[in-house]
Amino acid sequence: MRIRLPRSARVRVGLGVFLFFCLVGVIGPWIVTHVMHTTAEHSDFNAVAAGPSWHHLLGTTTSGQDCLAQLLEGARGSVFVGLLSGFIAMALAALVGVTAGFTGGITDRLLNAFANVVMTLPSFILLIIVAGYINSPSILLSSAIIGLVEWPGGARYLRAQAMSMRGRDFTTALIAIGESRWRILVVEVMPHLTGIISAMFLRAVVAGVFAQAGLAFLGIGGSTVSWGFVIGAAQQHGAIGLGLWWWYVPPGLCIALLGTATALVNFGVDEVSNPALRNASSGVRKAMKRAERELAARRSQETEGATA
Amino acid sequence: MTDPMPMMAAEEATVADRAKTPRRVGKRADRRSGRAAVFLLKQLGVYVVTGFLALVLNFVIPRFMPGDPALQLADRLRQQTGQSPSPDVMAKIDALYGDPHKNLVAQFVDYVDHVVHFDFGLSISQYPTPVKDLVWQALPWTVALVGTTTVIAWLIGTALGAWTGWRPGRAVDSGLTSLSTFLHAVPAFWFALLMLSLFSFRLGWFPSSGGYDPSVPYSLGNLWFVLSILKYSFLPAMALIVLGFSTWQFTMRNVMVTTIAEDYVQFARAKGLSERRVMFGYAARNAMLPNITGLAHALGGVIGGVVLVETVFTYPGMGYLLTQGVAAKDFPLMQAIFFMLVFAVLVSNFVADAVYVLLDPRTGQEQS
Repeated sequence: MRIRLPRSARVRVGLGVFLFFCLVGVIGPWIVTHVMHTTAEHSDFNAVAAGPSWHHLLGTTTSGQDCLAQLLEGARGSVFVGLLSGFIAMALAALVGVTAGFTGGITDRLLNAFANVVMTLPSFILLIIVAGYINSPSILLSSAIIGLVEWPGGARYLRAQAMSMRGRDFTTALIAIGESRWRILVVEVMPHLTGIISAMFLRAVVAGVFAQAGLAFLGIGGSTVSWGFVIGAAQQHGAIGLGLWWWYVPPGLCIALLGTATALVNFGVDEVSNPALRNASSGVRKAMKRAERELAARRSQETEGATA
Repeated sequence: MTDPMPMMAAEEATVADRAKTPRRVGKRADRRSGRAAVFLLKQLGVYVVTGFLALVLNFVIPRFMPGDPALQLADRLRQQTGQSPSPDVMAKIDALYGDPHKNLVAQFVDYVDHVVHFDFGLSISQYPTPVKDLVWQALPWTVALVGTTTVIAWLIGTALGAWTGWRPGRAVDSGLTSLSTFLHAVPAFWFALLMLSLFSFRLGWFPSSGGYDPSVPYSLGNLWFVLSILKYSFLPAMALIVLGFSTWQFTMRNVMVTTIAEDYVQFARAKGLSERRVMFGYAARNAMLPNITGLAHALGGVIGGVVLVETVFTYPGMGYLLTQGVAAKDFPLMQAIFFMLVFAVLVSNFVADAVYVLLDPRTGQEQS
């Protein structure tokens, strides 16, 4: 399979930023130990609550921990939960949504009703309640519970897509020649949906990062260092009142950037699936204007030619 | 904050289709109202099932969690009060969190009986206040704060969305849409912390926590008390408005963009109607449908969406109460708030459906 670069600049930038954060999540802790020669927990008592300097690029916490080390270490916690919960959510969404949409009938009704019911529950509150009962959930457990509440939106969307697939000529033809439903579903229909599923996966990843950040900020996201955990710790130790902005601003900014990057990718995807929006994007408008100008120029040349 | 990247594309696709044609006065009103009734009944069914599921979840979660919550609760009560809980209190705890002497069905019946009477027992973190009282105290604060800010954010967002979607691609459009994309991705609690540090600690313009001035007599008849509420709720309100308008702007803009390409809008223009009339009377009026039902939905999620913001500002509402309860493992409080929230969401969803039926006569026509 050939990998094509997406044409839209926004999608490229968005994907680039997203992959960058994933990369930081993977190699961040390695940088902390091998390049910075420290750990997220190590306290430097010569620099307590110190601002950014050459020695500590992003300053230190009230107990002298390096904020950059915490940011890098936290990237792994946040991105890992995001990716795993996003994967769980999308797997469930694809399983339920595509099966429902493609099978139809009573299966479809039951699955759709189930998705509707789960979607109606306020997901973040449910997360808070469940995480509140569990004493300090592990990173795997928090990913699982986040994934388990985030799937219904995706399932409903994929169901609609799969329903439209069911009516296409190629599926009718395959059914007619006696292909098994499961084979059609997995081999023929799924590949058509990979684009949508991967875009939705990005969304689910960011939803997971957000949910984890909220839980960690409240102190019920477990003891793994993550961006939300760092912000929560900063608030608890009075960083806001003390004005230690270097402690809590960078992690939040990372979350916001990751969210913006995903939104950019999704704009691109929406524009592909909804042509009306595509016309609205400034690139197309500029191209239209250029074309109009060229046409006008050609026409005026023609009229000049005619009068000459 | 609940759903940072809502599945917008999915919602919009169907919603935009619905918004395509303007309302028409149909001939067969009877059949239509019949369809609307069927649609509403179906939705009602979904909500009843959801409410039941919430009930079951609340029943099941404490019973299947590692570490018996009933025992934990009794232990904590012992620590709080310095004496063993009375048999009466223990019976109530068992009913709500699992009675080892009864089977599950009998337990469930017991449990439902307590819940329908909104009897969640006494709070642990603020023993011995009944949970019911704590919730009733907190509720008005949240409803007032979030009700107001949601409506303001909605008005701003919808107006901006109509404006940017009317002539998409302009500098204003790209600028505003980029801004709201970024704001949409900002974690609310982090933004609240930034506002707190800037306006409260650095500039000292606003108080950093609480919902009212404790030195003023606590009475709504007292002008100073009311003014202090405004002053104390200013920062949380601003945080919610600044972060809240982006979703509305975004949806409105996108639906507006698809609407202005419709034939009936083009026709209204061709007829020579004034820009303003086409924009408000034809395009925006129809493009607003998803936002109107969205508002009804949002008002139910009111309490859920502000948990973190209320916590940052220690605002005395339901969200702060919930996080306090979670931090103190105050299970009765957590259960009660979860129920209130689910109930609010279900009611508002039903209202949203009913509003949609009123506004768009075609609802329920396409079999989904």
